[in-house]
Amino acid sequence: MSVNIKIKNAVKRYGKSTIISGLSLVIKEGEFFTLLGPSGCGKTTLLRMIAGFNFIEGGDFFFNDERINMIDPAKRNIGMVFQNYAIFPHLSVKNNVAFGLKNRKYSKDKIETETQKFLELMKIDQYKDRMPNRLSGGQQQRVALARALVIQPDVLLMDEPLSNLDAKLRVEMRQTIREIQRRVGITTVYVTHDQEEAMAISDRIAVMKDGVIQHIGTPKDLYQRPANLFVSSFIGRTNILEADATVNGSLMTLHLKDGFTVSLSNVQPEFRQDRKVIVSIRPEEFIISENSDEGLRAVVDSSVFLGLNTHYYVHLDSGQEVEIIQESKIDEIIPEKHTVYLKVKAEKINVFTEDGSRNIVKGVNNDSANGGEA
Amino acid sequence: MARKKLFDAWAIVYLAIFAAYLLFLIYPMYTILQNSVIGENGTLSLEWFAKFFSQKYYSQTLIHSFSVTLCTTVLSLVIGVPLAYFYNLYEIKGRSLIQVLIILCSMSAPFIGAYAWIQLLGRSGIVTKFFQSRLGITIPNIYGFNGILLVLTLQLYPLVFLYVSGALKNIDNSLLEASDNLGCTGIRRFFKVIIPLCMPTILAAALLVFMRAFADFGTPLLIGEGYRVFPVEIYTQFLGETGTNYNFAAAISVIAIVITAFIFLVQKILSNRFAFTMNALNPIERKKAKGIKGFFMYFYTYVIIGLAFLPQVYIVYQSFQNTSGKLFRPGYSFDSYKTALKRMGDSIPNTFIIGGIALVAVVFLAILISYLVVRRSNVITQAIDTMSMLPYIIPGSVVGIALVMAFNKKPIILTGTIGIMVIALCIRRLPYTIRSSVATLQQIPLTTEEAAISLGASKMKTFFKITVPMMSNGIISGAILSWVTIITELSTAIILYNSKTVTLTLAVYTFVTRGNYGYAAALATVLTALTVISLLIFMKVSKSKEITF
Repeated sequence: MSVNIKIKNAVKRYGKSTIISGLSLVIKEGEFFTLLGPSGCGKTTLLRMIAGFNFIEGGDFFFNDERINMIDPAKRNIGMVFQNYAIFPHLSVKNNVAFGLKNRKYSKDKIETETQKFLELMKIDQYKDRMPNRLSGGQQQRVALARALVIQPDVLLMDEPLSNLDAKLRVEMRQTIREIQRRVGITTVYVTHDQEEAMAISDRIAVMKDGVIQHIGTPKDLYQRPANLFVSSFIGRTNILEADATVNGSLMTLHLKDGFTVSLSNVQPEFRQDRKVIVSIRPEEFIISENSDEGLRAVVDSSVFLGLNTHYYVHLDSGQEVEIIQESKIDEIIPEKHTVYLKVKAEKINVFTEDGSRNIVKGVNNDSANGGEA
Repeated sequence: MARKKLFDAWAIVYLAIFAAYLLFLIYPMYTILQNSVIGENGTLSLEWFAKFFSQKYYSQTLIHSFSVTLCTTVLSLVIGVPLAYFYNLYEIKGRSLIQVLIILCSMSAPFIGAYAWIQLLGRSGIVTKFFQSRLGITIPNIYGFNGILLVLTLQLYPLVFLYVSGALKNIDNSLLEASDNLGCTGIRRFFKVIIPLCMPTILAAALLVFMRAFADFGTPLLIGEGYRVFPVEIYTQFLGETGTNYNFAAAISVIAIVITAFIFLVQKILSNRFAFTMNALNPIERKKAKGIKGFFMYFYTYVIIGLAFLPQVYIVYQSFQNTSGKLFRPGYSFDSYKTALKRMGDSIPNTFIIGGIALVAVVFLAILISYLVVRRSNVITQAIDTMSMLPYIIPGSVVGIALVMAFNKKPIILTGTIGIMVIALCIRRLPYTIRSSVATLQQIPLTTEEAAISLGASKMKTFFKITVPMMSNGIISGAILSWVTIITELSTAIILYNSKTVTLTLAVYTFVTRGNYGYAAALATVLTALTVISLLIFMKVSKSKEITF
């Protein structure tokens, strides 16, 4: 049976330094929820507070309506997958998977059938009598997942489970994890620092920085309408440009340096006033034109051909460097030192307040703005 | 979570251990200190220290001990390190046998080696006689400094070998390949790469050798003759035939501890400069030993091991010789065994009872303490850790004297009981066993235990089902070493024993001092057999031919 997880005003301190101060969050039942952030942002700390391995200094943690703050980790009915898998080296694959069931005092038959079921689910039943030191990284990962799921936990917690695998296996395993999670329908909290992995696997993502949640939303929300400048540059790549904004009715005009202007009709009403802003334009939101002389003038410094796309590295008249991604064309790649003119896809770009703390464009979905309630 | 509870089961465990250490280690040490500053007329005085340093008769024991110990340490390193290098980097024929012989040598009681060398090279030793009568060559005097150095070096270089072999196993082959690739090979590589990589281990081995040699009591007593050293002096003052002086013995003990503590600190400071850890993904690939270099390696390895093992062989040989009184007669029989077994009383059962209880206690306590130190670090467990390491620098005879002084009067009288011998063995063995358990435990990631807890196992169940089994390799190898050192222990036992608690080692010692060499040889052979059997059991259990302490 899955649960929802509610966290209210969580506080964690190590000695005098506060890692997390007053964090709130709601994770929906059956959801694949990811905590994403740079190292040291407190994501693993929060996960371990849910698991019960880190003491909760303040705040309330609920599984459904049950407060779990003081419940022993062994009694929280949590399945956990660790970064280093934490496979018991002295037990065979089968006994690793059966370990949790044995603690629950099930009958021998039930332990046998449940273990077998999950060995098969994770496609490791042919290795069941092997010792862990004779398994590959991917196989150990499968054992760890089977061991965590076989106990029918209310919640599945995963702490950077793919970081020890090579790139190809990582992609393969994240598909597997996603499929299994869907099939079992278990509430899952997943920690990673890899934004691509988070995007590929999650229903919703919480982006964290310095113990504070910056943005909670779907991968699409995060990428297209990031709540603030940090999220916009942490998720995917982007170019940051400064601009002065003037307002004329419902239209906001951005005056970028070098004399180029962009008009936006989708700015939130409360922000419609003359102000300095920061504009975030992703590399694929530029349009290069070689012929016309309208737009931002730029000189190509270098280019990288990657098949589907071609990346251009250019610099503007102001000297600022900008990255542009274009779908590769059959024509020649624009040569170095060549002058081009850039336009932007106005409906896609994001505009932030001068301090970068708020996105002033309409359409930002941020569940952390309302106390973590989805 | 529950870690924050004030009183869990572990709190009771560590408080109990803490109390035990206070009672059985700190209190006796305090008693020694107290006794050392009580003068002849019962008042506070430093007169015993003054007596020691002002009279050359006493103070020279300090210089003697120091010079013979230092020489032993250096010589053991010079012999042991190259041996480990050859053994681990080259295919030497008879690897398993070499390993077993070296372990056996390191495990026999040193005084047995001393007495065997007297039989071989002493005034009427067979080698001496042979050279004298057939070749007219006079062998240099074996008694005194030379003898102690010979016996202790041959006894202790195996420790260096075992330690350094362990370090070499942790060197990744790619480091050696990188060195070769950068043009540093052969001897240069040995000094520039291998020695520095093994430095932490070499220093640890040097300290161990120093402590063992400094505290050894049986060897200088038998072979030292006029060359008087520290541990013997303590013993003489404490139990000597010329009248005992507890206070003076206590004062010498205090001086001994100060010296060993100093050496310990110097070693700590030195080894901090070489603190790094290694973990080999690709162990070193052994090469074939070829040509003149190969011949030299084989020659060196076999000669060194042969020399160390020679006393054992000779004792086994002697044990089958006929004797009459104290003299050996031509012909061979089991007579020495028959008589020795008749006259040895309960020493075999005693060995098993005392050694067995001590072993179980040592292993059990080491597991608990290492777990507390690594996983439940707090002020009290850290204090336990520090206290448990103290006996590492306290010579065995001092531990014995301290226990006698503390527990020969009311309220607690333990002298002459099995209990006091078990306690002494525990105190002396624990530092080693705890260190190896701590090292093992530190390599076990905490997440493995957390995984067990998240799967619903209680803390105690996690400890016994996950932590202890994962530690078992370290525990078993620690236990076997403990067992053998326990049964061959002499320097503490000789102070604590009485007629009811004579162990096999003590019985051998008694026969040796009485000059009943035939009986001594027979019992020493029994002791060796016991050691060999223990070792075979260990290899069977751990399914490994390689032992690294």
